[in-house]
Amino acid sequence: MLKKISFTVNGTPVAIEVDVRETLLEVLRNRLGYTGVKKGCEVGECGACTVLIDGTPIDSCIYLAVWAEGKEIVTIEGIARNGELSKVQKAFIEEGAIQCGFCTPGYVLTATAMVQSGKQYTREDIKRELAGHLCRCTGYQNIIKAVEKALEEERKEGGSHAANR
Amino acid sequence: MYNIQGYFEAATVEEATAYLAANPDLIIIAGGTDVLIKMHHGQIEKARLLSIRGIKSLQGIRRLEDGTIVIGALTTFTRVGDDPVIKANIPVLAEAALAMGGPQIRNVATIGGNICNGATSADSASTLFALNARLQLQSRQGERVVPIQEFYLGPGRVDLKPGELLTEILISPGDYQSYGGHYIKFSMRKAMDIATLGVAVLCRVQGGVLADVRIGLGVAGPTPLRCNEAEDYARGRAITPETIAEIGKLAVRSTKARTSWRASREYREHLVEELTGRALRVAVARAGGIKIA
Repeated sequence: MLKKISFTVNGTPVAIEVDVRETLLEVLRNRLGYTGVKKGCEVGECGACTVLIDGTPIDSCIYLAVWAEGKEIVTIEGIARNGELSKVQKAFIEEGAIQCGFCTPGYVLTATAMVQSGKQYTREDIKRELAGHLCRCTGYQNIIKAVEKALEEERKEGGSHAANR
Repeated sequence: MYNIQGYFEAATVEEATAYLAANPDLIIIAGGTDVLIKMHHGQIEKARLLSIRGIKSLQGIRRLEDGTIVIGALTTFTRVGDDPVIKANIPVLAEAALAMGGPQIRNVATIGGNICNGATSADSASTLFALNARLQLQSRQGERVVPIQEFYLGPGRVDLKPGELLTEILISPGDYQSYGGHYIKFSMRKAMDIATLGVAVLCRVQGGVLADVRIGLGVAGPTPLRCNEAEDYARGRAITPETIAEIGKLAVRSTKARTSWRASREYREHLVEELTGRALRVAVARAGGIKIA
């Protein structure tokens, strides 16, 4: 059963016929080529498939593609602008928060949502917000440091929305 | 790709109940964090789904003039945990909501789905049991209200009649006003885990005496449950370490814990005794009572 839906990915409008059985993960990766969205556990536990839907992190593996109708979707491909990495991406590099990189797109997207929220986060809050992601390489410490750094940078700049990029 | 054999969407409760009346085999899907995972694991096969996620009237939380708090069945866990009405009036429910899954799951999973899934481990359920929550159910034939204690029939089985939809969760002012509460989720990991045991305790304190105590447990039996014997014992007693210890002991008598790969029956019973006391201590302090070491 096919259904025609429209949404945007990283600001680009998409109109596509999707099978009602397809997940958003499958449509983004296999049909639209956004392979930065990683397929991990497929049951919403590892967070590798995280994308932002209307600014909110969700696991795209347990999200039916038909539900994306009218939504604004952001994948890791939409985070750097004009060849320049975002504040979160730079912080991940500077803190060495990356090893194999498989979990990184998901982490960066959740961290981006945190930075964009304008909220203050304690270290415990950061851990709680990142708890839906698994990283099997880094031991998490550098990831937490990177997110702290990105949040701190944002705070210093006074939270201007454009500064997130 | 899920093995979905048919897919329908309802935009209103009326549309949903009409679909359900015409197609009693439809499986209701909201956030999808239980249904899709069951499909992935083959526990649900060849499903025909009715999506109710577009029903706006079932999203959100409101407080009626008489103080009753109404939680729409489609309210997400993130929303329950963040909602000003819940945080101001029933903070223990916000606490329980934030213990469930992880952020991405809480952003889509709904409180109504958590209940209708019928799991004894549902993080919202033990607290809703302790709050004497009532459930509003609607079908083509009309509506009815059922106490949550009567809604759970067995593991994964709830009293949802063919054609019925859970629309709202109701909490009466007398059940939350001047109560303090605490929810303890005992699990191997702090996030993304299923409770080994869930303990929700609410209490009201009057002049150093436990005026009322309500204890809801998850994973202490095939369904969430209340500890009536312990609650009856507690009512009217002075708040002492001995009373609290005895309440913990008596709470175990209401349980029907079993051994699973997560924990043995004996271990769960030990947790019930210990964690009921710990939750009660915090609840007492939050209810304005004294701190008991």
